[in-house]
Amino acid sequence: MSWTNWRKKLSLRTKKEVPDGLFLTCEGCQKMIYKKHKEEGMEVCPECDYHFYLPIQKRLEMLLDPGSFEERFADIGPTDPLRFVDREPYETRLKKVQAQTGTKDAILVGIGSIQGRKAALGLMDFRFMGGSMGSVVGEKITRITECALERLMPLVILSASGGARMQEGALSLMQMAKTSCALARLSEAGILYVSVLTNPTTAGVLASFAGLGDIIIAEPKALIGFTGPRVIKETIKQDLPPGFQRSEFLLEHGLIDMIVHRRDLRERLGQVLQFCPERPASPGREEDPSGRHEALPLWQRAGETAHASATVPPQVVK
Amino acid sequence: MGETPPEADNGVKKPKASEGVSVNGPTDFDGAVFEIERQIKDLEALSRKHGVDFAENIATLRKQQDQILRALVANLSPWDRICMARHRDRPTASDYISQIFSSFIELHGDRAFADDRAIITGLGTVDGHPVMIVANEKGRGVKEKGKRNFGMAHPEGYRKARLKMLLAEKLGLPVVTFIDTQGAFPGIGAEQRGQALAIAENLKTMASLRTPILALIIGEGGSGGALAIGVADRVCAQENSYFSVITPEGCSAILWKSADKRREAAEALKLDPRSLMTQGIVDEIIPEPLGGAHRDPRRASEILKAAILRNLAELRMTGLEELLRARYYRYRRIGSVVEGV
Ligand SMILES: [Zn+2]
Repeated sequence: MSWTNWRKKLSLRTKKEVPDGLFLTCEGCQKMIYKKHKEEGMEVCPECDYHFYLPIQKRLEMLLDPGSFEERFADIGPTDPLRFVDREPYETRLKKVQAQTGTKDAILVGIGSIQGRKAALGLMDFRFMGGSMGSVVGEKITRITECALERLMPLVILSASGGARMQEGALSLMQMAKTSCALARLSEAGILYVSVLTNPTTAGVLASFAGLGDIIIAEPKALIGFTGPRVIKETIKQDLPPGFQRSEFLLEHGLIDMIVHRRDLRERLGQVLQFCPERPASPGREEDPSGRHEALPLWQRAGETAHASATVPPQVVK
Repeated sequence: MGETPPEADNGVKKPKASEGVSVNGPTDFDGAVFEIERQIKDLEALSRKHGVDFAENIATLRKQQDQILRALVANLSPWDRICMARHRDRPTASDYISQIFSSFIELHGDRAFADDRAIITGLGTVDGHPVMIVANEKGRGVKEKGKRNFGMAHPEGYRKARLKMLLAEKLGLPVVTFIDTQGAFPGIGAEQRGQALAIAENLKTMASLRTPILALIIGEGGSGGALAIGVADRVCAQENSYFSVITPEGCSAILWKSADKRREAAEALKLDPRSLMTQGIVDEIIPEPLGGAHRDPRRASEILKAAILRNLAELRMTGLEELLRARYYRYRRIGSVVEGV
């Protein structure tokens, strides 16, 4: 029986009759889809191209040259600076999510190559408290940006976030400023930053580093916006236009450069990176196997390096 | 699509005063001193009418009022401060601008789409020192508030602010910003025109703007919409202001799943100036007249002006490269993480 027939047959059934774990309802088209097909197709709906959450490890496999990823700043973890308690203490929440996800916070950063081109990388994890940006996300984005500047390599960040993390209060808000400050320096040094927006990228993350890409790429049908649609609807008391705040809407309004299907992302990133000038690697910097990085003092040195290298004529490599 | 009328949400219904966009009346705080004020007024009226001298009684009452105010101020909760920051009679940016600066020349427009009245920009001098002023303006009174969109800017407002800051850089003028907004406007047109991207661009521009920036939080520091004019070398907050990642109402709704935990949220968010200072977010707290800026706007302006003059003098003494380096580390340091565990 063909897949379409299967689907037709299945769509007659109610949700409860479907054997658990084998099928699921697509969030994009509401159709029943075979889980295995979705997984084999990079977590994309075979019916409507809706892009589901893709675990970070799979992202790495999908994007990078095999074995090229080197994680950095892995030992940076969150604290509970405000001793924040809502219905549950932040500390407890953190521990739970850390146990569930096996990660310290909502981001992974490192260095890897995409189609032979080395780049500094950041990948956000929406599963960790909605990919919210607290001090750790801000710090790691800033450090990987400083690292890109120091090593004069392009920066690629894949975002997925509901915005700033409330439990760290204004400290989270200030990570918007902090990451933007680092990116301003990267810009001044003439280094390319490509921002990839995945579903969803909203609020404080879009309004800071994710929105500052020299080139902004979005995955299809991703929710991308400043204020969540529900709040907008409540405020203006109007229905929102169809497709509002989806990637296609942003492309149409001139806010992003392109929409790239997940299966083409690696190739497209590789092509884009070919256009950024090859620069000499930062001299005199030893590899630090611990991944630890004394960001502040090193920075000044990095600044000098970036300045010195600005006199080297950029060239496009094939 | 694509041919969406450009004025989309400038024409769209604006939130009305009755729609809960923080048009707070008197706070609980005011209630407590109201009775004494009434008594003083009564005595003054009696004294005029009958020619009887109540000066002694009035003096006693004033002393009492003063004591009550002092006691109240000493015990303000974070939520009380938010009520003060949103107080109906609190001076807005244009009140301060007219009191503090002479020869203010307003500059309009983002050169692309519109002139967003929720943000005021212009040239002015303070004690002879020229500066660029960028301010959130909420407006007062229903009509004015509507025109100002309750101080909630659209992308064109942020883009206007950015252009004028770049002009300040060109002319070598320090930038003085007045922060007082609940946040960026949540609307269809705002999203269509890239609200988030406009804010992000401002953060980046301010990070490397080659001229001093002084930010003054004079009321509400509502999230990214406030930060968009708030990346600075020095951030000063008036005593009764706040700066927060989200409004206590929003936080209550999301984290407590309840509309009435705003007091708890205000407490938990540590958004008051003193807490912000310990977090390295605010550098200086600017005192207000006893009981809040709205009780004596003229005095509030004087205090604010002195703080502006002092901070600008200090910033002028710093070399540009040192200024930019210090600005970078000012933000670089903010946050709390553990490393190596
Ligand atoms: Zn689908």
